[in-house]
Amino acid sequence: SRVPLMKTTCWAEHITPQLYTALHRRTCSSVSTSRITTHYTIHPRDKDPRWEGVEMDRFVDEADVVIVGGGPAGLSAAIRLKQLANKHEKELRVCLVEKASQIGAHTLSGACLEPTAVFELFPDWKERGAPLNTSVTEDVFSILTETRRIPVPMLPGLPMRNHGNYIVKLGNVVRWLGEQAEELGVELYPGYAAAEVLFHDDGSVKGIATNDVGIAKDGSPKDVFERGMELHAKITLFGEGCHGHLAKQLYKHFNLRENCEPQTYAIGLKELWMIDEKKWRPGRVEHSVGWPLNRNTYGGSFLYHLNEGEPLVALGFVVGLDYTNPYLNPFREFQRWKHHPFVARTLEGGHRIGYGARALNEGGFQSIPKLTFPGGLLIGCSPGFMNVPKIKGTHTAMKSGMLAAEAVFPKVTAESVDSETAGLHVPEYAEALKNSWVWKELYAVRNIRPSFHNYFGMRSPYLSREHPHFVTGCARSVSGLDADQLKPAKDCTPIEYPKPDGKISFDLLSSVALSGTNHEGDQPPHLTLKNDDVPVSRNLAIYDGPEQRFCPAGVYEYVPLETGDGMRLQINAQNCVHCKTCDIKDPSQNINWVVPEGGGGPAYNGL
Amino acid sequence: TMSGRVIVGVKRVIDYAVKVILFCCCNRPIYVLIFYPVVTHLTLCLLANVSQLTPGDCCTRETIRTALAMGADRGIHVEVTGKDYETLGPLQISKILAALAKKEDAQLVILGKQAIDDDCNQTGQMTAALLDWPQGTFASEVTLEGDKIKVVREIDGGLETIKINTPAVVTADLRLNTPRYATLPNIMKAKKKKIASMKPADLGVDLTSRLEVLSVEEPPQRQAGVKVETVADLVAKLKELGRI
Repeated sequence: SRVPLMKTTCWAEHITPQLYTALHRRTCSSVSTSRITTHYTIHPRDKDPRWEGVEMDRFVDEADVVIVGGGPAGLSAAIRLKQLANKHEKELRVCLVEKASQIGAHTLSGACLEPTAVFELFPDWKERGAPLNTSVTEDVFSILTETRRIPVPMLPGLPMRNHGNYIVKLGNVVRWLGEQAEELGVELYPGYAAAEVLFHDDGSVKGIATNDVGIAKDGSPKDVFERGMELHAKITLFGEGCHGHLAKQLYKHFNLRENCEPQTYAIGLKELWMIDEKKWRPGRVEHSVGWPLNRNTYGGSFLYHLNEGEPLVALGFVVGLDYTNPYLNPFREFQRWKHHPFVARTLEGGHRIGYGARALNEGGFQSIPKLTFPGGLLIGCSPGFMNVPKIKGTHTAMKSGMLAAEAVFPKVTAESVDSETAGLHVPEYAEALKNSWVWKELYAVRNIRPSFHNYFGMRSPYLSREHPHFVTGCARSVSGLDADQLKPAKDCTPIEYPKPDGKISFDLLSSVALSGTNHEGDQPPHLTLKNDDVPVSRNLAIYDGPEQRFCPAGVYEYVPLETGDGMRLQINAQNCVHCKTCDIKDPSQNINWVVPEGGGGPAYNGL
Repeated sequence: TMSGRVIVGVKRVIDYAVKVILFCCCNRPIYVLIFYPVVTHLTLCLLANVSQLTPGDCCTRETIRTALAMGADRGIHVEVTGKDYETLGPLQISKILAALAKKEDAQLVILGKQAIDDDCNQTGQMTAALLDWPQGTFASEVTLEGDKIKVVREIDGGLETIKINTPAVVTADLRLNTPRYATLPNIMKAKKKKIASMKPADLGVDLTSRLEVLSVEEPPQRQAGVKVETVADLVAKLKELGRI
């Protein structure tokens, strides 16, 4: 039954949460939603009459090693494999597939790089022109209040200290790694996403299949439909980065997470600014915590002054995805943080030239899963080796790739293969990792992030950061899945965010445009829903549709139905920047992110 | 069916979804629309202009390989470096294309109608003029009729159908066809195909530019509109702004 107030309650955000959701519950349950998800992973094609008679055979090729993901971990593994092959004069076919149209185009990070892994991989990195151009000269840490700043001294021995590190454009470092890899003979295939894991009959991993192309938005085949190809390998290295979609399947399939904590995450949003030269302090690293986040929300900011010829700063904001208030909007927290006097003074007179976002790991040591399985293994941020208090994961990701290569090499080049399964199982990789500096480093900081959840909230990391020796004992556990942390909207207060001023802070859509993201429009949305009815009946009804707020690209919108009563979820898949936050934070865990057609996604340039 | 060679020009330009800011930009290849009914009966050459061969510069060759993966038989890379590269424009490109068309004894040259970086819409027409060949520009439909080509052109007033003799130059409009995807197996095969390299001097082409770029600026920021009450006010305002 229609209530005269319905139209206004749909739009008005100032109406109390209780009224909004109660009225919705009455109308939404009776409305059937038209199909949102058309992807074949949810609606299989073998039962679909539109696919009858379509040629589904795939071209097959074999390599020695296949690597999924052209990021720091994947490329380091590929490079190391070829270095070993050349040193031992062995033939080795290494194929790497990457969903971005160019190597580095989907890479986003602060980044303050600890160069240990780069130096190990290429002692002659300088001669090779590695883009490590900005040494850290100043290291500033602050606790912010709404108007003031409390400086925190960066004493030697603190994990946050950046002496000896480089501020880099990680996308450029990744691009450079790609060039080194190609020179060494690695076959790089950007623009081709690994869409499916292939298995031998004995259950071991056989390789991957790349994405099909030419499927229309409604899931039917277009004239230009072509099947992806199968790349078989003796072993497949999965380096998809934080919260990879194939890794998600592998965790279930091989039960890799039974003896570890669930992974927890944060979302990192970043902008690149050209600032007034007078304000430029090349080599300066700034971090802050506190305002605008409250005591119970984990997060903070970074601001790095690059030194590559122009007055560029890379700045960003990180929000822990275990936040409880569904009205929290990480993008808008980022935009309002920039107005703090300490930050705004750097940005005034400058202009913004880049934007992007990506989820990152926060679970640390306790969340590392089982890393190896028959036919494959996990490297980089996918299993997650980020040192959370240092907010650095690139050096450990690269090292994990290198260790994987070193463990895998003797097995794939052995004369005779002594393996129980058709796909090689290389547990030596996990052993090597446990004996490396990666493990030591992660173990040392294992309790800093979990201790955030005690009474002291955001202040406790300072206690432990200031006195790392005081944090001992067994690894403390994290409180559970990020997706389960949201409280119902009726128990929370909406947050009043200031309007963007167009000079320092900006609206979402102009930001998304700066990411250069784009996808072929006529393809099934790659943000798939297991159940098309759940968004309105659960996410909107109970949590007021948090996906409208945590997506940094405006993919999810609740719009009124054409019939006028009730809402429906609209998925603007073309906006997606592949950050994976929705797959992580959806309270119903109904969203399953899968790869779109290869080549689609952001076009980050050195972000 | 037609026997003979078809040359297709490929240009690497900025991705249309990327925002251009004067001091930095991204590249994503743009694909020339190739009409495959004709391709199956012809050998296809590919020319890529706009190249700066620096060590490790795989970008242009990558674009050619993608085009090879889409169905071309051979790739030709005309390397232009240094000052010539910076002043490369439609006139220079069409001289190169004309020379190549003669060298390869081509029956057809297919180009894009207008690139999204310079928006010139000149190369096809200039190439035809240099070769003294007929041109079918803005083609949304191309059919072979004996030794002539029927071209349906997208023009301001609608569609114009013309019949031209071969050899000819055709420039492709968006509506010509839906490009096929460059699938991975084809990319892998393309990596093994040879790409011939040559210099403009090998073709006897002079690349001197007749243009001098004075400045490059971003378009002016859009100003807020001004509302006026009457037509008289409108005329007065326009006079004030020096517009009339």
